[in-house]
Amino acid sequence: MKNFRSMAYPYVVWAFVLIVIPMLMIAMYAFTERGNSVITFRLTLDNFKVFFSDAVFINIMKRSFYIALVTTVICILLGYPAAYIAANLGSEKNRMMMVILITIPTWINMLVRTYAWLGILQDNGLINSALRALGLPAIKIIQTDFAVIFGMVYNFIPFMILQIYTSLTKMDKSYIEAAQDLGANRLQSFIKITLPLSLPGIISGITLVFLPAVSSFFIPKLLGGGKYVLIGNVIENQFLTAGNWNFGSALSLIMAVIIVFLMWLTKKADRDPNAEGGL
Amino acid sequence: MQDNKKTGICGKLYMGLLLLFFYFPILYMVAFSFNETKSLSIFSGFSLKWYQRILKDSSMVSAIFYTVFVAVVATAVSTVAGTITAIGLSGCRKLLRKSVHQINNLPVMNPDIVTAIGLLMFFSVLTVKKGLATLLLAHIMFCIPYVILSIMPKIRNLDPNLADAAMDLGCTPMQALIKVVVPQIMPGIISGALIAFTMSFDDFVISYFVTGNGVNNISIMVYTMSKRINPSINALSTIIIVIITIGLLIANILPVINEKRRHKK
Repeated sequence: MKNFRSMAYPYVVWAFVLIVIPMLMIAMYAFTERGNSVITFRLTLDNFKVFFSDAVFINIMKRSFYIALVTTVICILLGYPAAYIAANLGSEKNRMMMVILITIPTWINMLVRTYAWLGILQDNGLINSALRALGLPAIKIIQTDFAVIFGMVYNFIPFMILQIYTSLTKMDKSYIEAAQDLGANRLQSFIKITLPLSLPGIISGITLVFLPAVSSFFIPKLLGGGKYVLIGNVIENQFLTAGNWNFGSALSLIMAVIIVFLMWLTKKADRDPNAEGGL
Repeated sequence: MQDNKKTGICGKLYMGLLLLFFYFPILYMVAFSFNETKSLSIFSGFSLKWYQRILKDSSMVSAIFYTVFVAVVATAVSTVAGTITAIGLSGCRKLLRKSVHQINNLPVMNPDIVTAIGLLMFFSVLTVKKGLATLLLAHIMFCIPYVILSIMPKIRNLDPNLADAAMDLGCTPMQALIKVVVPQIMPGIISGALIAFTMSFDDFVISYFVTGNGVNNISIMVYTMSKRINPSINALSTIIIVIITIGLLIANILPVINEKRRHKK
């Protein structure tokens, strides 16, 4: 295949220009003063100072990570049983069918799927109309934390289920048989064997749920209402309305650094139980 | 996992509820796109008026056109470019191969909004006017990594001597490529193209940041219109769902048909 080596070279240039340079620009804008051109710029830490000295921004950042964390935990708690049941569906055909049914929604535009809930959750939507018809008081669903977390779980839980499912089906079943032969009951063999062996699936599921949840900006906007602000909304606003690229870049850089740190921590937690000598 | 028949009532009920949770809002929206009135809770009669309204609205028609056009062009370009690159990479030194994979991972792993603002600043600094060209470039940029990712495993399984054998037997390198290498990795190319199409067709965040000059796709239309109740969005969303479902059906049926043909032979 060495004859074709040069065929990769154009893409190397393309990838450098369209992937690497834009990423470097985010870092550059984050550390430069507003109103500079690319050629004459002055380095500064002001963009970060603004962030760390303003409780509003810090609170929004905290809330974004908190909402993403709650979403991720709910996705694990609800997604694990689903993945477990799907992996135990018996025939190959049934399992494939279930995987396809879980996958299909992920192929449909997230924005559209989020919007779909509006008709149901709205003040005059399906749920409240039903409550009213029954003579019960209406409940406020839209524009609450609940609605935003609900929307995120809805959008991201298929990724969690599919990741855990994959790790469960890849598992060597003879471990469980061995554990049960040795006297472990079903619960024990689940906690000692199945759960630790499916941990890699949970970890990659966390990556696929937590990352988009932190930075999402249309879910909070559609289901949280105009006043509901997460870090994604602030970044959107800095770039498309306020026009302060430098501050917007600094915000995304801070977000990215926290994400990378948390992911590193998760990966580390993944290795620790095994290091203790579980298996 | 040997307890095959142990999926009890509870398990079935749980999966049933989960699937209801997944599909109910989508079906609800599709149903209400045919509603006669604006209401989102009372279905008062079947009507196609929201679809008619879309067809009368030139900005919505152009959004549908741009969505399909961009998806088709981005898929075609990224599939060809991704295939060429993947084949080329397999002959490259490990260092270069690894670096390209690392770079490709950036748009795959980064939150969309980060990729989006990077591109927005890049185009603006180069004073490229935001519009169809920037939209296409961005889509091709984020599609190629997925194409490469789905072709690479197929190339790894390929016997590297095949192309050499073809050339020993008198093929030009070009012929060896088209007649020997490409047919072998075709399943990877097709699945890469499908991923590219759905990624491009469904994209909202990156498109929203890099487009301009009146060039919008369906997702952007839905987003900007969703501030007030407008059943046209239901109709527009239904169109998206129908197109994606048809694509998925084709994607899932094609391999089955191929398999059957192979069995007949």
